[in-house]
Amino acid sequence: MTNLTVNGKEVTWDIDPETPLLWALRDHEKLTGTKFGCGVAQCGACTVMLNGMPRRSCVTPIGTLEGAEVTTIEGMEGAEFEAVQTAWQGIDVPQCGWCQSGQIMSATALLQMNGAPTDEDIDNAMAGNVCRCATYVRVRQAIHDAAKTMEG
Amino acid sequence: MNKSIRTSRRAFLAGTAGLVIGTYLAPRGLRAQEAAAGGGGNPLPQPNAFVRIAPDDTVTVIVKHIEFGQGPNTGLATLVAEELDADWSQMRAESAPANDETYKNFAFGSQGTGGSTAMANSYMQMRQVGAMARAMLVAAAAAEWGVPAEEITVEKGKISHPSGQSSSFGAFAEAAAQQQPPAEPVLKDPANFTLIGTDLPKLDTQKKTNGSAIFGMDQYPDGVQTVVLARPPKFGATPGSVDDAAALAVPGVNAVHTLPQGVAVYADSTFAALRGRDALSIEWDESGAETRSSAAMEQEWAAAAKAGGAVVEEEGDLSGLEAEGVEVMEAEFMFPFLAHAPMEPLNGIIEVSGGEARASYGAQFPGGDQMTIAQVLGIDPTAVTVEVTLAGGSFGRRAQQDAHFAAELASVAKAAGDGAYKLVWTREDDIRGGYYRPMTAHYLRAGLDGDGNITGWQNDLANQSIMIGSPMGEMMGAKEIDPTSFEGSNMLPYDFGGRRVSWTKMDAGVPVLWWRSVGSSHTATAVEVFLDELLEAGGKDAVQGRLDLLKEDATRERAVIEKVAEIANWQGRSANGKGYGMAYAKSFGTYVAQIAEVEDRGGVPHVTKVWCAVDCGVAVNPNVIRAQMEGGIGYGLGAALFDEIVIAEGGEVVQSNFDDYRMLRIAEMPAVEVAIIDSTADPTGVGEPGVPPIAPAVINGWRGLTGQKIRRLPIVQPMV
Ligand code: FES
Ligand code: FES
Repeated sequence: MTNLTVNGKEVTWDIDPETPLLWALRDHEKLTGTKFGCGVAQCGACTVMLNGMPRRSCVTPIGTLEGAEVTTIEGMEGAEFEAVQTAWQGIDVPQCGWCQSGQIMSATALLQMNGAPTDEDIDNAMAGNVCRCATYVRVRQAIHDAAKTMEG
Repeated sequence: MNKSIRTSRRAFLAGTAGLVIGTYLAPRGLRAQEAAAGGGGNPLPQPNAFVRIAPDDTVTVIVKHIEFGQGPNTGLATLVAEELDADWSQMRAESAPANDETYKNFAFGSQGTGGSTAMANSYMQMRQVGAMARAMLVAAAAAEWGVPAEEITVEKGKISHPSGQSSSFGAFAEAAAQQQPPAEPVLKDPANFTLIGTDLPKLDTQKKTNGSAIFGMDQYPDGVQTVVLARPPKFGATPGSVDDAAALAVPGVNAVHTLPQGVAVYADSTFAALRGRDALSIEWDESGAETRSSAAMEQEWAAAAKAGGAVVEEEGDLSGLEAEGVEVMEAEFMFPFLAHAPMEPLNGIIEVSGGEARASYGAQFPGGDQMTIAQVLGIDPTAVTVEVTLAGGSFGRRAQQDAHFAAELASVAKAAGDGAYKLVWTREDDIRGGYYRPMTAHYLRAGLDGDGNITGWQNDLANQSIMIGSPMGEMMGAKEIDPTSFEGSNMLPYDFGGRRVSWTKMDAGVPVLWWRSVGSSHTATAVEVFLDELLEAGGKDAVQGRLDLLKEDATRERAVIEKVAEIANWQGRSANGKGYGMAYAKSFGTYVAQIAEVEDRGGVPHVTKVWCAVDCGVAVNPNVIRAQMEGGIGYGLGAALFDEIVIAEGGEVVQSNFDDYRMLRIAEMPAVEVAIIDSTADPTGVGEPGVPPIAPAVINGWRGLTGQKIRRLPIVQPMV
């Protein structure tokens, strides 16, 4: 039995505590914005916020999450997130879209810690997010755009 | 369950799911109109199969090409909106269900997406749809207002008459449906386009940035069980004896069934299914397995290429190689097997009940899949519905002419009986699952005279055929020669004073498939790298040298090469401690030239910038074209630098996931600058053509910087 908060809502999961958070979110909560790409912390498609920090949900067993606060793309809010989402839409970053929730989570986390990231900061913060469609040029641009709107 | 499938299926076929009947442009007298011929010699489309106008003013375009990032939803909606004079904000798009007749791709004769054909195929058809719908709306308004139709204008979704009458589309949706569709829809003069040629925002971006876009894997029908397969460790092996006791003991696991494709575990959740799979103990029958290593195949392929094969193209003769004073140069290239690794692995839903089946997933050839599912289940194809969802990439992986995923999906349902199942491939299943870009060997020979001119060109290839023996190969007449094996090594725009191309078909138990840009994924590298080396050996510039070799009629080739040199401010093969590589390739009717700027980072090439010039005819949506060039460059660059599927001695695939099958990451992505050539030619595709020139451009840039010649891909050899 695991009790935690998902997108501000209290949930109780009576399932195998070794179940990765990814599958609990998708199979049990039907929160399908969080994606499966590799299952081994290599692609970032499954990135969620765990107690406010980005986390690969595919390698996070729910047994470790008693009392935790999890936020998925569906439950994200706040200035950084909105700036990122708007910037993403402004230049049509997504192609197939499968990696994009994860990209947006990582980008939001970056801006929360660093309001004016350089290209190098972006490369470091986004290194774990693979995009097979190679939308990277626009990911980088959109993060700069979002940072600019945050500045005011 | 039975009832719900039937209801949803009937509703879907009628095109009425979730909406009120009578709000569609469902013309009477369709028959007569079917007989009429439209542009390009194809029959006029049935507008109701392609567009739906609702009372709330939304216009939904039914898109027959699957959307997996290359942009057909936005592109085809643009074509309809243009001729309909709709406002972009009212446009929507959804995927067409399986129907080989209504939704056939004119390039294949059946429904399907591939070969970068979507825009080329649909350009006239969807414009006709828009023009027909517009005419019917106008006729309905004319009747209602009692004015001549010619006096009515339509602009940005508004129908108006000089008398002051005006209306949006929705109010006339029903009345328009009662109108006779025009037998000869009048299309706009391209000079009057207001939407085509503009950077319209993509229709699906919003849903793809808030987590609400529903892909195949995101579907959870009531009572669905998740199914994963334990798959043979070698290509051609089959399940032998299975001990499933431990698997069945895993909580949540409901059943284990042995299928032709592997051993399937059925469970209440994905994690239970995966645990169940881990707990299986299986003896595989490897009597029919391919056991050669890829290293052994490489040697065979290389020897076969060098020995020469069936001549597939000849231009003049090769006597120029024997002439006096001519130096003969040679090169051998080796290209590895490649996995497509779309970001969303293969998966799909199937619901079976009472002799009917509904499948829903990222089906790229839904018509063929429908047949296959019917066959496996032993039911009539009319009892099978295939719905097409968004898919997380494909790059060729979902373009399954043998319908192997559909067959597996149907086998899952057949073994377990009525119910709802979600079949999921893990990343390991994907990387090890075959259907690779064929390993390919190239042998090239050319002559150089004392002035550095090329006096003849010979290119011999060896690889497996994708088409021969396949259903699609049969249909397209590929019996002994498979053009997709060597496309891009033939029909070159250069005058080499004599040229010959040959091909040898190799056989292996490794299944192969189209990989983004297919034959051109290797031919462009062999041709453009060897050519660049010859030019350099002859003391010629990479840009001017190519321009000088172009045949008289190669005007579009000339334009992209000149354009890319211009935007890159071309100075030669190296400058300021950086290398610059030039490459050109035409694929799928689209002309692309690229220049890559390459740095040496610890003995490894790092690409900082790529300039790209593309001519794809009319640029329907320049924003999508640029995105596809960027994406193609990144996809091709990742493969060129890092990717290789290695098969070990005995037949097992070495790589398994993104830790050892390395994806391009953001720090390795160059800046990209794209120039689109202004054109009035019919549009051609952009999904694949960005890929072929990048590998040779990088290799040429690296040689410009370091002098090193690359002969084997990937460029960065893994440290195994
Ligand atoms: S699915 Fe979690 S990092 Fe790839
Ligand atoms: S948009 Fe397709 S994987 Fe990133």
